[in-house]
Amino acid sequence: MLTVSNICKTFNAGTVNEVRALRGVSLTIPEGAFLIILGGNGSGKSTLLNAVAGTFQLDQGKIELAGENITRWPEHRRARLIGRVFQNPFTGTAPNMSIAENFALAARRGQGRGLGWALSRRLMDELRDRVRELRMGLEDRLGNAIGSLSGGQRQALTLLMATWLKPALLLLDEHTAALDPKSADLLIRATADIVSRHKLTTLMVTHSMQQAVNLGDRIVMVHRGAVACRFEGADKQRLRVPDLLARFEEMRRREMLDESAAALLEKTYV
Amino acid sequence: MTLLLGALTIGLILSLLALGIYISYRVFGIADITVDGSITLGAAICAVLLIKHVNPLFATLAGFGGGLVAGAVTGVLHTKFNINSLLAGILVMTGLYSVNLHVMGKSNVPLLGADSSTKWAERLGHSWFRAPEVNVMGWLVGARDLAMLLIVISLIVAACLVLYWFFRTELGTAMRASGDNPQMIRALGVNVQRYCIMGLALSNGLVALAGGLLAQYQGFADAQMGIGMVVWGLASVIIGESLTGSRSLGLAIYGAVAGSVLFRLLVAIALRWGLNPNDLKLVTALFVFAALVLPQLLQRRKRAATLAKPQSQS
Repeated sequence: MLTVSNICKTFNAGTVNEVRALRGVSLTIPEGAFLIILGGNGSGKSTLLNAVAGTFQLDQGKIELAGENITRWPEHRRARLIGRVFQNPFTGTAPNMSIAENFALAARRGQGRGLGWALSRRLMDELRDRVRELRMGLEDRLGNAIGSLSGGQRQALTLLMATWLKPALLLLDEHTAALDPKSADLLIRATADIVSRHKLTTLMVTHSMQQAVNLGDRIVMVHRGAVACRFEGADKQRLRVPDLLARFEEMRRREMLDESAAALLEKTYV
Repeated sequence: MTLLLGALTIGLILSLLALGIYISYRVFGIADITVDGSITLGAAICAVLLIKHVNPLFATLAGFGGGLVAGAVTGVLHTKFNINSLLAGILVMTGLYSVNLHVMGKSNVPLLGADSSTKWAERLGHSWFRAPEVNVMGWLVGARDLAMLLIVISLIVAACLVLYWFFRTELGTAMRASGDNPQMIRALGVNVQRYCIMGLALSNGLVALAGGLLAQYQGFADAQMGIGMVVWGLASVIIGESLTGSRSLGLAIYGAVAGSVLFRLLVAIALRWGLNPNDLKLVTALFVFAALVLPQLLQRRKRAATLAKPQSQS
């Protein structure tokens, strides 16, 4: 279970470039639940995911995962509990190393690394079986450099790597955003399959409303670094893309109203 | 033939330097200039201990240990204090100049009369070949030189095997990944800073090992012997990559050794043909410059040709 309590983060504080990226965000993901974070560009959804991953330290707030307070843990320490798939297909793998070597690294996620052989026969056998399940024909190319594969293939392998050891939390950071529609569709299907099969607690960031509607069992909409609305249970099941669009439109209108009201107040009193 | 044997032996000894540079430059992407100081440090520690009648094996290993520490210091400056890697290397290299002088007590330590690996080679040569000279394919070569070459070959083969094994272990694989994609390996639970420190330590340890062996082969350690060694190592790595490519770890390690030997042979031939020894460092620097720039120029030309092609067709 993941509990995020009142987290705040301001980048470049005290400068002209100051950005209040997170303003008191709180959310909970029960064990085995699949939460989608939805929001427009610059809404703070990726910052929220990075805060959970430990990419930066928070200004305020608390993050608890699997009963541990991980707020001050560095990113590499959190990896013991968190599996992650990045937005950029080139970020999740070591391009000059073979597919098998990349998996050997993933097979020790968050554990000590000693002087034993990284690639054991047992790992290779298991790897062949699990890569075969992706139906990409990569099980016979495990010795090839992973950098020679397409973006879609690399993202699918990154997903498999992130879930090789069952993580307490799986983070998906717009992992289909850089792919063509066909590859994105295949990856989404693989994601749904792996998440449901292993009953993974998952936090996925996306700006695709279709994905938000089809996947997951709860949605949190983020706007200007804060939670704007939540959908769970029956509300989430009933939700369709036009409903989400309407919510976005409403938020945009409210924002414009706020801005025009501020301008009026400034004109009248300043 | 003696010249060839000497060039081969020095080339093989300096292949440890090339392997060290391979780790820092190709694995971590850091042009680590610490090696100019750590090769001298290895030579200095080894020479001083040999004069104090320490076993040559321990003296050489102590030099290796000195290099480990020097590399670790550069790694700490770079990762923990956020100093640019090049500047961190310059700082440690500059500091090592004084350290080396303190270790040696003077700028040059001759090893005359000290029991070193060269003396071992001499004794082994006598016991193996039972003559001061040996006939190798019609050429007469000194038994000592041949024995020394055989010792160095076995040492380098052992070092390469150990390095190959290390980089295939869980620890070594993670170290390679730390240089290949730090963001990814951090997300898999590796403390990239710690691995960078370990990698630079290992790199400079190998370089210092080369220094210790070189001092024993040459018969002296000198405070100036490290100048330009980073460029020498880079040249060896670049030549090696053009010989073997870098498709696999084994080929890359083999390439670094082959590059070092070939480069030393080329230098020996150039000197034999009358190249002024004073110009050697300049020629080496120009060679590395050309090796770094030529691929870019070729790529630019290729791109320009590709862009021009559709226009000429239309």
